[in-house]
Amino acid sequence: MLAPIYSRGLRGLALATVATIGVALGLVFFYAPLDADQGFVQKIFYIHVPLAIVSLGGYILGALFAIGHLRTGDRKWDMRSYVAIHMALIFSVGGLITGSIWAKASWGHWWVWDEPTLVSYLIVVLLFATYQPLRFSIEDPERQARYASVFAVVAGAFVPLNFIAVRLAQAYVHPRVLAAGHLPPSMGLTFAVSLIGIALLYVTLWKLELAAKSSRMQVRRLRREVLGDTAVRPLGRSAAPS
Amino acid sequence: MSLIAAAPALPLHQAGPYVAAAYIVFVVLILVYVAILALRVSRTEKDVVALRDELDSREPTDDPDPERERVAV
Repeated sequence: MLAPIYSRGLRGLALATVATIGVALGLVFFYAPLDADQGFVQKIFYIHVPLAIVSLGGYILGALFAIGHLRTGDRKWDMRSYVAIHMALIFSVGGLITGSIWAKASWGHWWVWDEPTLVSYLIVVLLFATYQPLRFSIEDPERQARYASVFAVVAGAFVPLNFIAVRLAQAYVHPRVLAAGHLPPSMGLTFAVSLIGIALLYVTLWKLELAAKSSRMQVRRLRREVLGDTAVRPLGRSAAPS
Repeated sequence: MSLIAAAPALPLHQAGPYVAAAYIVFVVLILVYVAILALRVSRTEKDVVALRDELDSREPTDDPDPERERVAV
């Protein structure tokens, strides 16, 4: 079976990402007005919220790829799911740190435990943080891929459920700045461009990581085919698909 | 009233370091990730070079299929 070429279109995507993030930064600092309540510190909103939204989207994407793996048994879907969740975790770390900085500047605390949106987001991140240890604990690659896919689907389904539950339970605790009419058009445009920029960054890095992993696997396969099994070092236990 | 609505507006000289910190964290996170990825790619490149060297060092044979047996006619 031919391996997918993940680097296809990567150059254009990377350029589009750089351009969009550049435009977004320009809009954030030179176009979007200062927030009446928070002033300059509200600029963190344009990086923190897109990071959080894209990371949650990444977890759901990982779940969709995992469904593809469970349906077809093709390991390429497991690889895509693994990288989608891996990238989403990195974006989540960014979202949590930028959120903490914003909380410190606005509320005077790095973290607020009685804020349902923050805590529920942390629970989702911690849930997905167990994905890699789960994979690492299973040595057999086939079982590892299957169990990890089941986990990714269940945990991925938890993301929208968690989001809806928090909204229904505590509708007015966290600021609902994305609701209709809450964001002025200039801020809305800036936020939309920032969100697109971060989403493009996610897709670019996802493809880049997939291309790197796929190349490494192709080299190992080629080495085994050309030089024999003894020419390839055993991989050992790994959380990454092999 | 939400916590954010209750928060007072920060003067620029106070808010500036927080905003800068948030954006620097983002840039550093991406840079560290790309650096790790670059290390992995360079390892793959070394593997490709090693594979090519091993193939080059093999004895060239005239016979296109060395596993085929010669049979006298």
